[in-house]
Amino acid sequence: MLLRHTTDKVAERSALTINPAKTCQPVGAMYAALGINKCLPHSHGSQGCCAYHRSSLTRHFKDPIMATTSSFTEGASVFGGQANILEAITNIFALYDPEIIAVHTTCLSETIGDDLNQIIKKAYQEGKIPKGKKVFYASTPSFKGSHVTGYSNMTTGMVQYFSENTGKPLKQINLIPSFIEPSDMAEIKRITTEMGVKFVMFPDTSGVVNGPMDGKFHMYPKGGTTIEQIKSAGDSSFTLALGRVGAMSAAKLLDTKCKVPCEILDLPIGVRGTDNFINNLRKVAGVHVPDSLMMERGQLVDVMSDMSQYTYNKTAALVGDPDILVSTAEFLVDLGIKILYVVSGTPAGPKFERRIKEIAGEGVIVKTGANADMFYFHQLIKGNKPDLIFGNTYAKYIARDEDIPLIRIGFPIYDRVGHQYMPVMGYKGGLRLLEKILTAIMDRQDRDAPEEKYELVM
Amino acid sequence: MRKVAIYGKGGIGKSTTTQNTVAALAEAGKKVMVVGCDPKADSTRLLLGGLSQKTVLDTLRTEGEDLDLEDVVKVGFKGTRNVESGGPEPGVGCAGRGIITSINLLEQLGAYSDKWELDYVFYDVLGDVVCGGFAMPIRDGKAEEIYIVCSGEMMAMYAANNICKGIVKFAESGVVRLGGLICNSRKVDREADLIQALADKLGTQMIHFVPRDNMVQRAEINRKTVIDYDPTVGQADEYRQLAMAIDNNKMFVIPKPLETEELEKLLIEFGLEA
Repeated sequence: MLLRHTTDKVAERSALTINPAKTCQPVGAMYAALGINKCLPHSHGSQGCCAYHRSSLTRHFKDPIMATTSSFTEGASVFGGQANILEAITNIFALYDPEIIAVHTTCLSETIGDDLNQIIKKAYQEGKIPKGKKVFYASTPSFKGSHVTGYSNMTTGMVQYFSENTGKPLKQINLIPSFIEPSDMAEIKRITTEMGVKFVMFPDTSGVVNGPMDGKFHMYPKGGTTIEQIKSAGDSSFTLALGRVGAMSAAKLLDTKCKVPCEILDLPIGVRGTDNFINNLRKVAGVHVPDSLMMERGQLVDVMSDMSQYTYNKTAALVGDPDILVSTAEFLVDLGIKILYVVSGTPAGPKFERRIKEIAGEGVIVKTGANADMFYFHQLIKGNKPDLIFGNTYAKYIARDEDIPLIRIGFPIYDRVGHQYMPVMGYKGGLRLLEKILTAIMDRQDRDAPEEKYELVM
Repeated sequence: MRKVAIYGKGGIGKSTTTQNTVAALAEAGKKVMVVGCDPKADSTRLLLGGLSQKTVLDTLRTEGEDLDLEDVVKVGFKGTRNVESGGPEPGVGCAGRGIITSINLLEQLGAYSDKWELDYVFYDVLGDVVCGGFAMPIRDGKAEEIYIVCSGEMMAMYAANNICKGIVKFAESGVVRLGGLICNSRKVDREADLIQALADKLGTQMIHFVPRDNMVQRAEINRKTVIDYDPTVGQADEYRQLAMAIDNNKMFVIPKPLETEELEKLLIEFGLEA
């Protein structure tokens, strides 16, 4: 009972967060940057920041995550980090030769007020950036928002620095995913290709953080969106942003900067989420939905209805990142599962709350922001125990103490594999998520069943 | 929209000069916003007729990030729009970060939006450019022209020269330029000549010499600008001239800061010869 001191009595708290349900902005910024081809993320701050953010991502993806740091010392925090990063840029291009460096700030460099825009311009002027290579940045102080905010800021930075409307429209659409797994990004690409739609997706971490083992070290794996592609996003006919909190800002900027209209959708999790995505693809690209996708949809619906006696009227509590929570909640409701609690450390605002209530009914308890932590989530669960918990690895302590099955979704997942390679999005991914849910429910039923009720066929 | 930042040594009269100049511009029909970047939050007192205004950071602290522009912008003398960044109590926290947060928030809230049809934004910045936060108003895309308030006193000139060093850093890679020195007279010997000479060395101009007049003090006690308190006095005309000089200014330069020795030589030349 590691969390035995948690009580079910929820007390008013104003200035204390216990076990936050989020992590630092730069974790998201670093992840988004890895979605650019041959890009090296650079952390403008002290070494510890960079080490922590790298290790978070490495533990989640089980692949080495490359990133550099400005290595702030006492001196840099007094005199500003300009000298450090200018030297870093020179060294990085000399030693690691990336195509592009994506700089993100940290709490320290934000607080002392380093002006990265000016510093990067200076680096260009002084010829520290080799011809054809690029450096850009996003502002990501961790005292605001969460890793999803950082991901959104870095993705918005890509549009800010590179997307261009050249006046020659292209017959392609843009896909901007929120902070999701590389496997899910690949699945979204597969569906779009299956539909016969030309597209640019950014960031795209598939093939970067889940690359194959071929016996050699690849500093820059093959995956990732190229700068040319991000540039061409300004000439696309339409943008579909998948996930309001993580992807809306970049899509909106593409609209104001390059006049590319956009639609903000939820992530394609489950039948309705995927239907909505495919329907929008169909409308904006003027294509038909192929039989192959109808087949996948039918299979998912088949299993949902076959197994509904196991899912119907179960209860669930969800914790994690807002975009994933919205779409997962919708899928669970379609399975007949009742949602009790939705908690996210990412400040997602009243729109998120309204959307969750629209999906799960007025009775659901929703809380987001710094005070919406794992402790509060645990307290809610103690008050009224759900049948299932959906959350990241940190929820395992609650799951163990309360003896409730945990279905791992979101970030980070440090203690299981599969999420890197197998999607939970699209109809196929829906089938995988459903399999996980059913396995959790049935394993529990088997474990608890008295001998005379122990079923062979389920 | 012209974006102007006023810098200068602490206590030199930046806020007084800024508000009187803004009052003169407003009187001439210009639409002006003043952004006070001093934790003391006294940059808009004369335009608003009092200190009562709630600052951006106070509002942020008490009401969270979900605030409206109307919560922090107050309309003052002749339609001027006034904002105070505010900041922490003396001796705690980080005032520099406060300015960064505050200006970012104002941008998010649309304080600079076209719908206000602003002709000018004035940033009134505390003392020296002591750290990164206090340079926020001159970052790329923010203030584009800077005026330094100084007098013939050694420390004021020293501060002005130091501020020029800050400007050079941002001017080299951005659009920010020095528009001139405003001499706020302390009745030092040959003051106008001295500041003119300093301006020449820096490669800029003395855009106006504001004489010392007790009328300013009287107006301030009444929580008013001179233009508001008594528009007929000579001092009001001085501020009007300064406002017009800024309005018509075409001289924007990257300054050439002096070495300390050179600066001291200048003082000896003008200060002791008299």
